[in-house]
Amino acid sequence: MSATNPTLGATGATPPGRKRHHRRVIGSRSPWFHVFMIPFTLAWITPMVFVLVVAFRSFDDIVARGLSALPTSLSWEGFATALSAGGIAGALRNSVIVTVCAVIISLFLASMAAYALSRYRIPFRNAILLVMLAGNLLPPQILLIPVAKIAEGLGIYDTLLALVVVQVGFGLGFYTFVLHGFMRSLPDEVFEAARIDGAGPIRIYAQIVLPLCRPSLAALTALATTWIFNDLIWAMTVLRTETNFPITAALLNLQGGFVSQWNVVAAGSIMAAVPTAIVFFIFQKQFVSGLMVGASK
Amino acid sequence: MLRRVPWVVWLFLLVPLAAEVFWVFWPALNSFSLSFTRWNGIGAAEPVGFGNYVDLWNDPVFRTALRNNVIWVIGFGGLSVLGGLILAVLLNRPGRGIGIYRSAIYLPMVFSLAVTGLFWRVMYSPAGLVNTTLGALGLESWERQWLADPDVALYAVLIAAVWRQVGYIMVLYLAGLKGVDPALEEAAAMDGANRRQRFFSIVMPQLKGVNAVVFAVTVIDSLRTFDIVWAMTRGGPYNSTQLLSTYMFEQGFTLVNLGYGSAIAVVIFALAIVFIISYLVRSIRQED
Repeated sequence: MSATNPTLGATGATPPGRKRHHRRVIGSRSPWFHVFMIPFTLAWITPMVFVLVVAFRSFDDIVARGLSALPTSLSWEGFATALSAGGIAGALRNSVIVTVCAVIISLFLASMAAYALSRYRIPFRNAILLVMLAGNLLPPQILLIPVAKIAEGLGIYDTLLALVVVQVGFGLGFYTFVLHGFMRSLPDEVFEAARIDGAGPIRIYAQIVLPLCRPSLAALTALATTWIFNDLIWAMTVLRTETNFPITAALLNLQGGFVSQWNVVAAGSIMAAVPTAIVFFIFQKQFVSGLMVGASK
Repeated sequence: MLRRVPWVVWLFLLVPLAAEVFWVFWPALNSFSLSFTRWNGIGAAEPVGFGNYVDLWNDPVFRTALRNNVIWVIGFGGLSVLGGLILAVLLNRPGRGIGIYRSAIYLPMVFSLAVTGLFWRVMYSPAGLVNTTLGALGLESWERQWLADPDVALYAVLIAAVWRQVGYIMVLYLAGLKGVDPALEEAAAMDGANRRQRFFSIVMPQLKGVNAVVFAVTVIDSLRTFDIVWAMTRGGPYNSTQLLSTYMFEQGFTLVNLGYGSAIAVVIFALAIVFIISYLVRSIRQED
């Protein structure tokens, strides 16, 4: 079934000639299709457009003319306040640091584990793989309190390092599972040829396996980036000081600190949304193919 | 596959495995043992046996959270699966504008739940777009303080969560529909089956695999739901939007009842485990 097919990007497209034939028999779209879809899509994006409009209005304008009025002028006031007084600038920096570190370390470790499990006859390898995947499916709630205590015990509570290691530990199982599926499908001949040339396991991993896994690593990078960047609950578990907060947690603080200043809240949420939206638009293909294998989130 | 495993390959496996054991399995086991204690984080934990679970049973807020979670699984799961499936069927075949429609519907899925929550807080604010639209339609009597009214707050949050989830379910079904054999549908069409007959008797049975995945994912997601509720209402007003996860967080972190919070976490785990196993079983079958 393609929903969880580990070979990323398998689209199973039908040849064009056949498609034309298929269309003729099944019948084309009713002309009412767009009549329904255009208003529906517009309604769907309304919350985003509305927040965007609010973000660019000045507080005085909102007070004077109401939250839902159309803007008459453009104002950066909300963005400026959110960035400086709201601490969004620092929070974005924290988020980027945590996301970059956690994504790189997780995918690095996961690819090593997947390589070992897929190319070597390790005893109980299928059981190990499933247990690793199961760890990622656990509800995080069952881990939160002990994770906070362990972080305290190690002296890393309330540091970005704690958030990185927790993200790595929790995500590993899923990334390993996906990469394992992909590595298993690589042809044996490539490995045999390398071995005959005298390449050891490390060289095979670095010079053959990693380059061949690029498509699935790209998909997982797109997925992991949005997941880690968007995380809130782990941040709330291992961080206490506001200056250490990533964007999601900082956003909730902002909301508490600027209660009825909707332009500031809107501007803050737009700034939190833009990075993942950019990742999505650049890597849309990888993101979607990643989701198809990533049916666990 | 190589029979002999060099030591460096063992290291490749054991380092990641140790990281996961230390940060996932070890804490999970600790939650179980903590749930049989009373502990405020300072000093020693006092063992209370099944005391916390007995207290949970008699805790009205826990019961509200449990009931809300049932509503959440059905409402959030049902609406996002239905919406995602309908949209996937509508947008399955390529054509003019399909790419734009799809992207617009995917887009909310890339926002964090915290961002989604704040977006909808702005929408639901007293003078926000929801009330303004109702007013413009002449439905003034429907206007309300969506997130401050205990009767509707849960559903208001639920709509926001569905808005974000539909795109994801649609992706899963679009993938499933690609695996549907068009020849079968063509044959049925030749035999005079109409659109609805073809969908329910030809397409749906072929989506069995995706349905199972979607079902497991939706239930697991519903039980984990935390961020969006925390961002929008923190479980209030008067605990009316409390879910198991938010109540767990409140008990464990805000009130520092570590034992009691762990007991709620164990309940969440117990509810999720059946679906986790069913998901794993499917995954093994796919691997083989």
